[in-house]
Amino acid sequence: MNALAAAHPILVVALIKIIVLLFLMMTSLAYMTWFERKVVAHIQARWGPYRVGPHGLLQPLADGLKFLFKEDVTPAGADRFVYVLAPFLTLSLAITSIALIPFGPKEIKIFGASTPLAITNLNLGLLFLFAITSMGVYGVALAGWSSNSKYPLLGSLRSSAQMVSYELSMTLSVVGVLLMAGSLNLSEIITAQQGFAWGFLPRWNILAGPLPQILGFFCFFVSAIAETNRLPFDLPEAEGELGGGFHTEYSSFKFAMFFMGEYASMITVSCLATILFFGGWLSPFPQTRAFGWAHYIPAAFFGLAGVALIVHGVRYLTMFGRVALPAIGLALCGLAFLLTRHGLNEIAQGPFWFLLKVLIFLFIYVWVRGTLPRFRYDQLMAIGWKMLLPVSIANVVLTSLAIVVTQR
Amino acid sequence: MPISYFLVLSAVLFGLGVVAFVFKRNIITIFMSIELMLNAVNLAFVAFARAHNQLEGQIFVFFVIVVAAAEAAVGLAIVILIARHRGTLNVERVDTLKH
Amino acid sequence: MSAETAVFLVLAAVAVAGAVSLILQRHPIHSALSLIAVMVSIAGMYLLLGAPFMAAVQIIVYAGAVMVLFVFVIMLLNAGQEERTNLSRMAHYIGVPLGVVFLAEVALWVARGSTQFTVQPSAASSTRGLAELLFKDYVFPFELTSFLILIAILGAIVLARREES
Repeated sequence: MNALAAAHPILVVALIKIIVLLFLMMTSLAYMTWFERKVVAHIQARWGPYRVGPHGLLQPLADGLKFLFKEDVTPAGADRFVYVLAPFLTLSLAITSIALIPFGPKEIKIFGASTPLAITNLNLGLLFLFAITSMGVYGVALAGWSSNSKYPLLGSLRSSAQMVSYELSMTLSVVGVLLMAGSLNLSEIITAQQGFAWGFLPRWNILAGPLPQILGFFCFFVSAIAETNRLPFDLPEAEGELGGGFHTEYSSFKFAMFFMGEYASMITVSCLATILFFGGWLSPFPQTRAFGWAHYIPAAFFGLAGVALIVHGVRYLTMFGRVALPAIGLALCGLAFLLTRHGLNEIAQGPFWFLLKVLIFLFIYVWVRGTLPRFRYDQLMAIGWKMLLPVSIANVVLTSLAIVVTQR
Repeated sequence: MPISYFLVLSAVLFGLGVVAFVFKRNIITIFMSIELMLNAVNLAFVAFARAHNQLEGQIFVFFVIVVAAAEAAVGLAIVILIARHRGTLNVERVDTLKH
Repeated sequence: MSAETAVFLVLAAVAVAGAVSLILQRHPIHSALSLIAVMVSIAGMYLLLGAPFMAAVQIIVYAGAVMVLFVFVIMLLNAGQEERTNLSRMAHYIGVPLGVVFLAEVALWVARGSTQFTVQPSAASSTRGLAELLFKDYVFPFELTSFLILIAILGAIVLARREES
């Protein structure tokens, strides 16, 4: 292994990063389902998954096993190649976009080679992210058509029309950020948001700069919710409407692939929103001496979580919970201790803040899903074309005006 | 890597586009063969832009893509009209001017 | 064989296979999928030729929007499989081999005529250069294309509108 690493260090390091990130991504996709069900349940004054494992933590595992063992039905007359291709395309494209996201500024050492905390760092990273998103329309369009059935066809036509429409305003709403950062490179966009106005207000794109990108953020987030087919824009795939939309005729693993693809695009969009508008991996605390204690916030966070889990776990209902929860709590306390070591602390700062912000956005996604009713299709298209598109164009004009005015 | 590789590929793709244009009877497939020919030409443009180290080739590709998109939109609208009025997508059946 | 040539060969194989599949497939949706494969591999070749911006534009506009339009229309019109016709005996036995020979001859002449150009190693970022060219020297054609797109949108809407009878 070391001989291989010495001969092709870049390849081996990239492979390790890909495998680790893929594993983390799949686990977080599975636990996104748990997160969503729990949050929506609590919004609706009930508990959500509670029985399968302590606090329903093993529910994703049970769901995964169920999907694997369910009968795989293919409708008669379906075009076999396209029927299998569609969910595969959705999932693979959605997961590929995680390769372009930078998680932190520092470099880590794998097998002696120093490598940044991202799989790649393309100069046109943002543009390629949008390219991947625009290819994602095919999964939906081909799924509905290949099912050889009325309702999936209608659902997929509506859904792909919706995705194509909101892609426009999503791409345009980001142009303001690009004008302010001057680069399409995601890491450079983050570093352009460094610094603190008046000593304590972080210079994130939504707060500072020639024009605070509030309009841009609003357009981007709403377009992204529509682009990922989530409530309130999920008419094409809602169960009460077109009988389930484009994934009606899919069962077992292919259905699971559609859902994983949807959650993966949710995660990608949340990562994009934090990078473009909220400073990515930048900490909200100034990096001065007075705020040196802010460096220990990750350790404190994990430590508190661990202690809370231990305290709650030893009095849990089931025997399994009484063992598992404190074990997880202990692991978190161990992580907190490791994070107080200086080297690891420096490296973990960036990813911690990044993942915290992404988690907040995912929570907002699920919060919106649990709260708002869905739009009718014509209302949906009217919002995309008549409201969001002009507003994003106006954002571009205003931002360029602000830049020209403040540069004189 | 010599440019000729890219130019040969462009020529081959263009030729295959012409073959598809001549031999296929579904009007949408004929349209797609036009797009294939345009893509082959774009490849040649970018290859030459690289060879002469100028960027004008890429500008031209930009405009070709835009024009191809506009043409595809209008062309497909016409195809929808034909399908609605004649009921068929087979170009050999749209021949009322012949008889 | 350098890594670049190997990547080029893979991409070229995908492109030619896609183009041949476009011809051979009977259902227009399969032809559309083959064309998407060709476009994505051509985008990869733009990357090889040092035009990353054009690669992204190719995927976003061509493979991600124009081909979606094609797939939409195929789905809307419910285009079925093409009927088999018998290609005339002449075309089958003489036409196809002659076509291949002709293609090979074209390829040979193209290859012979252009060996004096080589791909230079990577220059600076093309996005900035493209933007400067597009908005300084070629701003008039740029504005004209915005007109063109507007006319195309209007034309498509008017043409495909259902008449209110």
